[in-house]
Amino acid sequence: MPENNPLDPEQGPIAPGGGYGAGMDLAASDADTLERAPGHGQEPGGPAGKPRSLWSDAWRDLRRNPVFIISVLIILFLVFISLWPGTIATQDPLQANLQKSQAGSEPGHPFGFDSQGRDVYTRVVYGARASVTVGVCATAGVVLLGSVLGGLAGFFGGWWDAILSRISDVFFGIPVVLGGLVFLSVVTNSTVWPVVGFMVLLGWPQIARIARGSVITARQNDYVQAGRALGAGNSRLLLRHIAPNAVAPVIVVGTIALGTYIALEATLSYLGVGLKPPTVSWGIDISDASNQIRNAPHMLLWPAGALSLTVLAFIMLGDAVRDALDPKLR
Amino acid sequence: MATSVELSTEEGGTYSGPLLDVRNLHVEFRTREGVARAVNGVEYSVDAGETLAVLGESGSGKSVTAQAIMGILDSPPGFVTQGKIIFQGRDLLTLGGEERRKVRGARMAMIFQDALSSLNPVLNVGEQLGEMFTVHRGMSRKEARARAVELMERVRIPAAKERIRSYPHQFSGGMRQRVMIAMAMALEPELIIADEPTTALDVTVQAQVMDLLAELQREYNMGLILITHDLGVVADVADKIAVMYAGRIVETSPVHDIYRAPAHPYTKGLLDSIPRLDQKGQELYAIKGLPPNLLHIPSGCAFHPRCPRARDVCRTDDPPLYRVSQHRASACHFWKETLGDDSVPSDDT
Amino acid sequence: MTTASRPTTPEPSDGRPADREPILQVRDLVKHFPLTQGIVFKRQVGAVQAVDGVSFDLFPGETLGIVGESGCGKSTVAKLLMNLEEPTSGEILYRGEDITKLSGRALKAVRRNIQMVFQDPYTSLNPRMTVGDIIGEPYEIHPEVAPKGDRRKRVQELLDVVGLNPEYINRYPHQFSGGQRQRIGIARGLALRPEVIVADEPVSALDVSVQAQVVNLMERLQDEFNLSYMFIAHDLSIVRHISDRVGVMYLGKIVEVGADAEIYEHPTHPYTQALLSAVPVPDPEARQYRERIILSGDVPSPANPPSGCRFRTRCWKARERCVVEEPLLAVPEAFRGTGGPAAHDSACHFAEEKPVVPRER
Repeated sequence: MPENNPLDPEQGPIAPGGGYGAGMDLAASDADTLERAPGHGQEPGGPAGKPRSLWSDAWRDLRRNPVFIISVLIILFLVFISLWPGTIATQDPLQANLQKSQAGSEPGHPFGFDSQGRDVYTRVVYGARASVTVGVCATAGVVLLGSVLGGLAGFFGGWWDAILSRISDVFFGIPVVLGGLVFLSVVTNSTVWPVVGFMVLLGWPQIARIARGSVITARQNDYVQAGRALGAGNSRLLLRHIAPNAVAPVIVVGTIALGTYIALEATLSYLGVGLKPPTVSWGIDISDASNQIRNAPHMLLWPAGALSLTVLAFIMLGDAVRDALDPKLR
Repeated sequence: MATSVELSTEEGGTYSGPLLDVRNLHVEFRTREGVARAVNGVEYSVDAGETLAVLGESGSGKSVTAQAIMGILDSPPGFVTQGKIIFQGRDLLTLGGEERRKVRGARMAMIFQDALSSLNPVLNVGEQLGEMFTVHRGMSRKEARARAVELMERVRIPAAKERIRSYPHQFSGGMRQRVMIAMAMALEPELIIADEPTTALDVTVQAQVMDLLAELQREYNMGLILITHDLGVVADVADKIAVMYAGRIVETSPVHDIYRAPAHPYTKGLLDSIPRLDQKGQELYAIKGLPPNLLHIPSGCAFHPRCPRARDVCRTDDPPLYRVSQHRASACHFWKETLGDDSVPSDDT
Repeated sequence: MTTASRPTTPEPSDGRPADREPILQVRDLVKHFPLTQGIVFKRQVGAVQAVDGVSFDLFPGETLGIVGESGCGKSTVAKLLMNLEEPTSGEILYRGEDITKLSGRALKAVRRNIQMVFQDPYTSLNPRMTVGDIIGEPYEIHPEVAPKGDRRKRVQELLDVVGLNPEYINRYPHQFSGGQRQRIGIARGLALRPEVIVADEPVSALDVSVQAQVVNLMERLQDEFNLSYMFIAHDLSIVRHISDRVGVMYLGKIVEVGADAEIYEHPTHPYTQALLSAVPVPDPEARQYRERIILSGDVPSPANPPSGCRFRTRCWKARERCVVEEPLLAVPEAFRGTGGPAAHDSACHFAEEKPVVPRER
């Protein structure tokens, strides 16, 4: 009887010969064993008839989502140019030609020149590296620190949770830009690392809260109790049962946060406390250009456009991932 | 009120039919995975003062039918594709949004299973009950409040005057369900649809709430559609039963007959599979298999893959509702055999 | 705090084999959940008395049914038995050893022998794991039970035993229906070959037509593996069907316990009588033969239970004595020594027999 069920996705490729049907009536009655085919409320198996995890379901959704594809293409391009900017910009971003100060576009210099006569196109391309580095590193740090601290707080609860929650409240209370002005103005190091460190310091409570919440939600599921009843230890419960079920919101928020960290880097650089020359950064260029907005709007337009596009790409990616991972839409 | 309304159907003339008459109703859900045919030609009717129990498992279409009648179907993805819902002589499906809304609440009301999520948590129950009167009847707030107290007393909520300022979460499950009933009763509708009204309640409280509902129904001579999966609840209060399976009515019958001699194998299977309080049998009879996937309803009779009586004709021909007696019908090719035979035949594979 | 502390010594009347040792003995089990205020500096403002002095025995191969309404503490008893909650006081003796005092390796060893089936087949299976991983996890936690190369085969055998196709081993839970998921949960519970299975409302989330399949499966497995069941449910009909003995709980206490016929046909506690009379019976003819006892009001809060007898606020028999003196769970004086079916443990000062379930018509 299961053989003619149109829903059975495993007919054919896997079925080990011998026909299961004969051996299945065990000791029980028909009524007891004939519940073979998966049915009721789920779609027929995918084309390949493979068992699908929720992750592969999400991936299947994402592949069909144009928003996801566009954002991923933009991000891949960004990563590419931040790794190998020389492949599409052959000039030196620091080379200045004051004669060309604030000049418009000309052959070989499609975006024109900035106040110091540097090629805007080249600087936009090279600026991606700083932005992507800050964004990726800050997000990695924030997600790592936040999800570990928040996850443990959510899992163990008690005083550890209480203390951590109060600490994160304190960090939440610090206005980011003001904190950046105070914290970074005393730093003389001109690399990206003080900026990344500052973002991790202020950013982890956001992820910690989300991780804590989703761990608490996951912890209450019966399968965690079931694991405990089997004798599983805390590390198994956390890694095998809770983490895989709690990680989705962290991924979503982390992706969106990546975009905002890039914007924050630009903001801090604009205010003069972020990255400093000679590092090439969109924020620094926007800062330089903002005084000249009437004379040479192209100086502002290109780095600002690149920044907006980047932030947008990450936010779109986060949205798409959230939709794909949301079990309620399933 | 609506006893002599023109009816634009084949009857014509004045209307003297049942309070609610559902005819050949079809509802489908258009989902990403395909079209789920949730309701496939449901027909039932309720008279004033009558209790119709609609019995079915999850996915049988019993709740979707109710939502279609109330006009609260989520659309999209749900669409009524065919049929008529004739209420007091008017086909509700032909009414405009505004007219439809006037019917809802005032003429027909619904009680849900989960009272806590059906009540607004930020308004106290007095405000929520009073709203029925201020919005539909244009009463002043003071009048509405007085009526709200009256209503709460009518559903036997103790200390109604004091409790009217309480919020839904401050009530117990049984009391919350009473508030829901009060709300449904507020405008004295002619028809109440109760969707699993006692499923979430404890046994001892269940009895209280069912009794209250039955009493109010008698008092106001309302039609009551009781949607449930519990054959026990049905036996206590219903006048007639419609059993649903895969979006169709498979059997309709006055309540006494169906328990004595079911005319559809599915009904029979359900009756045989519930353990009895007064008997301790050896093994329970179990209907084999699973409820059907609405995206892929089996051909012919939808029940045939689970039916002990299925023959070839059941796989190819969808059985119509055969008339069993004056008030009974069964959608089974072999209803006669089902009625007559008490033993479960062996599976013919 | 007074507790009804009478170890239920075997009575010849209830059909238990008197010569056998109980596999599980529960003595004066208490679980209070503290109610606290404040965030960092917590102070206790009260306690929810979820379980308050529960004692019972479970014998090999028998099914003990526990019935009661929501909030009566029956699920907490299950969690305590599984060591998922720590009891406030009391003992749970598994073959004479108090498992509440165990930890580490010793606890893990005991856990092999007591397993649980959960109510909700949707939240009790990890959605990120395949069926094979879920049922095989017990072997990963207790590697001594099955050598690595053997596990896949064992999992497939288990799937087969619970009536699922062994080829489904690589599927994920969301590809199954509720009844099938519950079978997966049962297979997981069986993996370590336990002696006791605690089933907390195992069929209440399932469709009617599927409930019978799962109940039958559980009965078959009991015979096949000689399991002892602790079957917790609110559905009195199903409990009667599967149980050898039945305990009725109300507000954290067992109010009546006995063999199934004693409880269902000769109930002496008014709460049991009310509970039984309120069960809707799928037979309209039975209406006229039944007297229905409709209780007034709701179950009081377990954070603030009534003094004396906890049922007195809803009991039609309640008198002064019920307010001041808590009735103990014992054979009521009126029936002591009669040897009849009414002579079973019942915690009521005014216990009397009142058949509420119509017998064979």
